Amino acid sequence: MTTTTRWAALVAGAGLLIAAVPAHAQQQMTITGWGGAYQASQREAYFKPFTEKTGIKVVEEEYNGEVSKVRAMVQSGSVSWDVLDVDSQGAIEGCDQGVFEVLDWDRLGGRDAFLDGSTTDCAVGSVTYSTLFAYNADIFKEGPTRIADLFDVEKFPGKRAFQKTPYVLFELALMADGVPAAEVYDILNTPEGIDRAFAKLDSIKDHVVWWETGEQPVQLLANGEVVMTTAWNGRIFNAIKDGKNFKTVFDGQVLDYNFWVVPKGTKNLDLSYEFLKFAITPEVMATQSRFIAYGPTRTDAKPDIDEFTFSQLPTAPQNNTNSLVQNYQFWGDHGEELRQRFNNWLNQ
Amino acid sequence: MDRHLLALHRKSGRRRRLYAVALTAPLVIFIMLTFVAPIAMMLARSIQNPEIMTILPTTLTALEGWDGQSIPGEAVFSALAMDLSAAHKARTSAELGTRINRELPGARSKVIATARALATKAQPPYSQTIPAIDAFWASPETWAVIARSASSYTDYYLLAALDLKRDGHGKVVAAPANQAIFLDVFVRTFWISALVTVVTLLLGYPLAYLIASAPPRVGNILLILVLLSFWTSILVRTTAWVVLLQTNGVINDILLFLGLTHERLQLIFSRFGTILAMTQIQLPFTLLPIYSVMRSLSPNLMRAASSLGAGPITAFRRVYLPQTLPGVAAGCLLTFILCLGYYITPALVGGPTDQMVSSYIALYINRELNWGMAAALGGYLLAATLTLYAVYARLVGLGSLKLG
Repeated sequence: MTTTTRWAALVAGAGLLIAAVPAHAQQQMTITGWGGAYQASQREAYFKPFTEKTGIKVVEEEYNGEVSKVRAMVQSGSVSWDVLDVDSQGAIEGCDQGVFEVLDWDRLGGRDAFLDGSTTDCAVGSVTYSTLFAYNADIFKEGPTRIADLFDVEKFPGKRAFQKTPYVLFELALMADGVPAAEVYDILNTPEGIDRAFAKLDSIKDHVVWWETGEQPVQLLANGEVVMTTAWNGRIFNAIKDGKNFKTVFDGQVLDYNFWVVPKGTKNLDLSYEFLKFAITPEVMATQSRFIAYGPTRTDAKPDIDEFTFSQLPTAPQNNTNSLVQNYQFWGDHGEELRQRFNNWLNQ
Repeated sequence: MDRHLLALHRKSGRRRRLYAVALTAPLVIFIMLTFVAPIAMMLARSIQNPEIMTILPTTLTALEGWDGQSIPGEAVFSALAMDLSAAHKARTSAELGTRINRELPGARSKVIATARALATKAQPPYSQTIPAIDAFWASPETWAVIARSASSYTDYYLLAALDLKRDGHGKVVAAPANQAIFLDVFVRTFWISALVTVVTLLLGYPLAYLIASAPPRVGNILLILVLLSFWTSILVRTTAWVVLLQTNGVINDILLFLGLTHERLQLIFSRFGTILAMTQIQLPFTLLPIYSVMRSLSPNLMRAASSLGAGPITAFRRVYLPQTLPGVAAGCLLTFILCLGYYITPALVGGPTDQMVSSYIALYINRELNWGMAAALGGYLLAATLTLYAVYARLVGLGSLKLG
């Protein structure tokens, strides 16, 4: 070893040592979201203001809804996430399997102000969003306007992209088949109803491309792979803001919530509660809609947003005319069986 | 040699062996702890069945000697009442519900609701009140599922991964046609892997020959071109194929421009795209072992063959080819086994009928949180791979494997 390299090694070693000393001055916590436009909106609405107010640093992580990651952390006793954002399937399964903390609602100020279904024993609603369909307005000048048009390849020829799960898709298929939103789950609860949903999907199967992550529908629509796609409305909102000529159709949209949850056994439980309390304050919650067209889950949070964002909000009165609220009890009971049958159907 | 010397000799031999063991021990321990043990623990989940046993212990005891046909009596129902109200307090009723739900879809919310009702209001006689909460409890099928779980092991996952299940009488029967899926997926996985292996061999063998027989400068450049793609991340290469294959992508543009087709072809989300992308990714794995064997062959042998009167085809068939077989065998085995585990490439460039076993393992791990099922599928895949390997070792002999 030459003298220079020895010095270099010493300096590097010292640097590592300094980096390894924890910064006692500042508390920090890890919050995990879904990446993309959605997490960007959370950064602006929650993470930055939270750090500004409390001095607690937020380290961000991303995932794609795999509650299994949390389960592995909880089972191995090394929980490194303090708060995460889950969809309703994740919220039910994680809570059922004891992966999430059961929330102390007194500490969070009660559940009364929240919309029906946007709180569970383990989870508190973060946003209201919808799964709707969007089309490329360069291709259709006279665009589709009703949910039935999504399945009508005669009138609107071209490929469609659907999310690769029966969840929400069955609801859309039945509504497109003429079932009123209010009766969708009564019908889905019967074997004939499931067959009817499959029959409707059969009619369009050869025209479908399947997506799995939230940004895929935007890409598929943008690069012309499909002419229409189902999507989470915020992703389309963001693409339109970025200059894409997409149009959303709110008819037959399926409203759903995302939730904040706390992994069981986090070492920063108090910080987690502090963050949750901050994030569900009506004034703070109201700000998120400025950054993405997702609505608050509290009735007393009044978003102050521009006209375009308002036009893309699923819960705005002009959009919320023929909508369905996703029924998580139904999917908790029948999800596994239906996903298996759906995969079998996809395989044929 | 006298006795003393012999003892000394033995001692030093023992010491040498001990040294050898001591030197390899850290690696062996490392592999056991980080590789063998986690895999074994994961695979064990495919037969573990702790939920019903731990949550309904008194019920299972009371259920001993049940005839398997009738609705159990008051003793069993009051034990159930005790277990379920305890489960409600311990927040384990959902876990129990999820487990029963796997065999009896729809059971989850019934179990949770019954547990809640028992903890709050239901009164004896429980053989009346529990079925009144939900008729689900008055069905022998429900009790058959519970009784079957009186052991901490189950064959449920191993059967389900082969599209089988147990009926109400405990007999193994085929799963309903609209739920059966895995046999198809296993066959497909092996078929795609075999196809990719064959195509990489057909492409790789001549190319390896070209590289091995070209002048060193040209050979090196060709080899670097092969290695460049080998060094690129699999995700990057797959994404590159997405760009090339998509409907408005480069390949379709060129085909249209050249007038070879009149409309855009469906190249992406198809079996063709999957095989194409996997072949490109796997090509170096087949090629490199063949190449390294070819490099070691002496050109004199071919010359000798032709001087003895063999034509080029005979010389190749009888002299050259047999000598390269160890490389071919190693390359093909490597590619085939790696292909069995493909996940990301079929997911990005394949359609729904091109997904392989790994994607279902990922689905059960990540989304369904049904690790028993994932372990069963993974176990079968591992077993199939090991069997193939054993058959191969038997037929060809492992000594002839040559990785370079």
